[in-house]
Amino acid sequence: MISKLFKFHGGVHPPENKLESTSEPIRSFPIPPRLVLPLRQHVGNLPKIRVQAGDHVLKGQLLAEAEGSVSAAVHAPTSGVIVSIEEQPIPHPSGLPDVCILLQPDGEDRWLERKTIDWRHADRRMLVASLRDSGVVGMGGAAFPTQIKLRPSGESGIHVLIINGAECEPYITCDDMLMRERADEIVKGIEVVQYLLGAERCIVGIEDNKPYAASSMREACSRSATAIEVEVVPTLYPSGDARRLIHLLTGIEVPSDKRSTDVGVQVFNVATVMAVYRYFEHGEPAISRIVTVAGNVRNPGNFEVPFGTPIDNLLEAAGGVLPDTNDLIMGGPMMGFSLPSPQVSVTKATNCIIAGAPKMFPEPPPAMPCIRCARCADACPANLQPQELYWFSKSDNFEKARDYHLFDCIECGCCSYVCPSHIPLVQYYRYAKSEILVADKAKQAADLARERNEFRLARIEREKQERAAKHAQKAAGAKTETAGDDDAKKAAIAAAMERARAQKAEVAPQNTTDLPPAVQNEIAEIDARRAEATQEKQES
Amino acid sequence: MNQPPYISGSTSVSVIMLKVLLALVPGIVAYVWIFGSGVLVSLLLASVTALVSEAVMLRLRNRPIMPFLMDGSALVTAWLLALALPPLAPWWLIVVGTLFAIVIAKQLYGGLGYNPFNPAMIGYAVLLISFPAIMTQWPAPLALAHAQLGFMDQVHYIFGRMLPDGVGLDAISSATPLDYLKTQLKLQHGVAEIWQAPVFGTLGGKGGEIVVGAYLLGGLYLLQQRIISWHVPTAFLLALAAMSAIFHLIDPVHYAGATFHLFSGASMLCAFFIATDPISGPTTPKGKLVFAAGIGILTWLIRTYGGYPDGVAFAVLLMNICVPLIDAYTQPRVFGHEK
Repeated sequence: MISKLFKFHGGVHPPENKLESTSEPIRSFPIPPRLVLPLRQHVGNLPKIRVQAGDHVLKGQLLAEAEGSVSAAVHAPTSGVIVSIEEQPIPHPSGLPDVCILLQPDGEDRWLERKTIDWRHADRRMLVASLRDSGVVGMGGAAFPTQIKLRPSGESGIHVLIINGAECEPYITCDDMLMRERADEIVKGIEVVQYLLGAERCIVGIEDNKPYAASSMREACSRSATAIEVEVVPTLYPSGDARRLIHLLTGIEVPSDKRSTDVGVQVFNVATVMAVYRYFEHGEPAISRIVTVAGNVRNPGNFEVPFGTPIDNLLEAAGGVLPDTNDLIMGGPMMGFSLPSPQVSVTKATNCIIAGAPKMFPEPPPAMPCIRCARCADACPANLQPQELYWFSKSDNFEKARDYHLFDCIECGCCSYVCPSHIPLVQYYRYAKSEILVADKAKQAADLARERNEFRLARIEREKQERAAKHAQKAAGAKTETAGDDDAKKAAIAAAMERARAQKAEVAPQNTTDLPPAVQNEIAEIDARRAEATQEKQES
Repeated sequence: MNQPPYISGSTSVSVIMLKVLLALVPGIVAYVWIFGSGVLVSLLLASVTALVSEAVMLRLRNRPIMPFLMDGSALVTAWLLALALPPLAPWWLIVVGTLFAIVIAKQLYGGLGYNPFNPAMIGYAVLLISFPAIMTQWPAPLALAHAQLGFMDQVHYIFGRMLPDGVGLDAISSATPLDYLKTQLKLQHGVAEIWQAPVFGTLGGKGGEIVVGAYLLGGLYLLQQRIISWHVPTAFLLALAAMSAIFHLIDPVHYAGATFHLFSGASMLCAFFIATDPISGPTTPKGKLVFAAGIGILTWLIRTYGGYPDGVAFAVLLMNICVPLIDAYTQPRVFGHEK
């Protein structure tokens, strides 16, 4: 089963810190006294709320329905009463509150009647359509609605299915533990997804720092009827990035302006395929996930946590945080973000909570100037030149930054990690990206407004001409025929265009007025040539 | 609150500069052994001048003083310049050169990270153009000198241009091998014949070749520590060797061979310590190769046809000018893009 691996450029080896959270099996988690379920737990439209405050709901009941094509449903993680629907802080880097459904569990944990789907004998389209009600999204952290990724684009065209079990970020071990303990369910999930996509080949990629997960997956795959390859890849951050992993396993480099599906490859996280399986086989929508609690807590580990569980309760289950804790990070230490408060809740994208302390994540020393050592360029997995991007972003030279492929930056943080000047490079790139996007939007709006205004002015002018022509005709008396009307209109338009041209000529660049005659002659010649050329172009 | 990434696996600018200084130590030890301890005085003078002028400039520019003094970059510039100058040069020469390097070539351009030219080489070039006589007055290796100067004698000479009674300048100084080769070639002597002179050793200049070997050792340490990448030293040394080897093959009477060029003058210092300055050099791997090969070729051209015995400083500065162009035309292919 050893096939060739295709190394990608760069990457870094941060300390893994994965042992402390893998010493115990996945722990279950008592239902907390209150669940706060944000509507925004995925990428895409907000789902439409289907319940009211005061409603009693059962476990697995639909609370909000997918709205539009890219959206995901939200279900009740347990039975209870909807207390209210209001804005609450959500786990997002912005720290802004968003609409949440507050659920008071009744302690009975009573299921809604579960409808299983016999996926082996159902129509693929119907199956994918039904996933819309499953609430399943990408659980690796991207939280992209899964049914969109399974929608056969041009009758699938997917040849290779890649299952991402790389889990390259330090501290995070939820996929590792899931693969160790529930490999059979994952493999069944792979079978479902492979069937839906019609992919001929399936490869599971696992980093070599998870030997137990790899052997457990290998065993489970050997029991499967379909051929699933398990590839162990070298531990190198960010090998879990989808494009990097595709390249690593298949040698295919997804073009920058295309999706992986355009080249016949689709990638799913291990937890996602398991969730798909559980939805079809057991009728269970997405209501919980495995979350790693690591760092500065007394008893780190992995927990099966209902969505909406406040982080506070989760940290308590891990023995509580140690006294010198000063930060709570969602995600890993490379790409995660600091939580606005411990009251925000676990969502579908929450793979890890790290309690941070100064001894773990010391404040970086003040940034020094860039010394162009290019360690960042050596570490960049996209083979960008981060030092140039930094220079352009810092000097607001956004066009240059775009030319140097700023938008190929995946914000993995490798550049900042190796920078000896401790420059927060990723923050500069985020700033430049957002500035460019805002400017693009503003430009689009301005272009539209200008077009509209030009059209309006032209219309007013035309109406004026028409009125004038009519008046002239009236004045000339009824004796003239109206046959000349068309010509008059054409002449009027030609006259208006002539005026516009004259106006344009007037506002032409003024720096050519005070030039010596020789130069002016030259410019006149050039203009003549240019006019000739445009004429030729129009004629051809 | 911190921002991602929350962890850092990097060293610091200070550590990098400190390792560069450390890598120069074997060369300095060999230098003292071969030419006497006068160089220590130059190193001290250059260091003090660099630190004081850097501090004053930072103060004038309203920049934090301590973090930038501690980064060690001023010391690296000072040491490189001091090692490039004749060890018994008068004190003011070292001070003027260092001032020029730090104040004009570094701080006036914006300080650390912003200088387009290698500051040490600017200082060196200014001195070479302004005081060519003193700049080519090198002491003979102790083994060849007719008179030996003690440490205090050297200090007296550096500060007061005073030699002990009965010792003339000729007794302690000699032409450098590069210089000697150049003048003898002009006198219509062949390379093989010139090579018989006592200033030549096995590989390069007698004694000097040991210092050069020690620089090579320090350079290998920098490579091993990943302070520098292989691109610059390899391309520079290969280009210099290729140029001299080809011409030596064609006309061995008029052109010295590759080994001599590699082990004479500032070749090794340039390969591992000067051309590898990241700030004034290109950043792309291909760009580094082009840049360093350019320095190698220019060094050989200036040594062979130019007016100065060694060409490293001018070669480096000339290639510094090309850096933005080199970087622009050697951008590597970005993941997922066609070239």
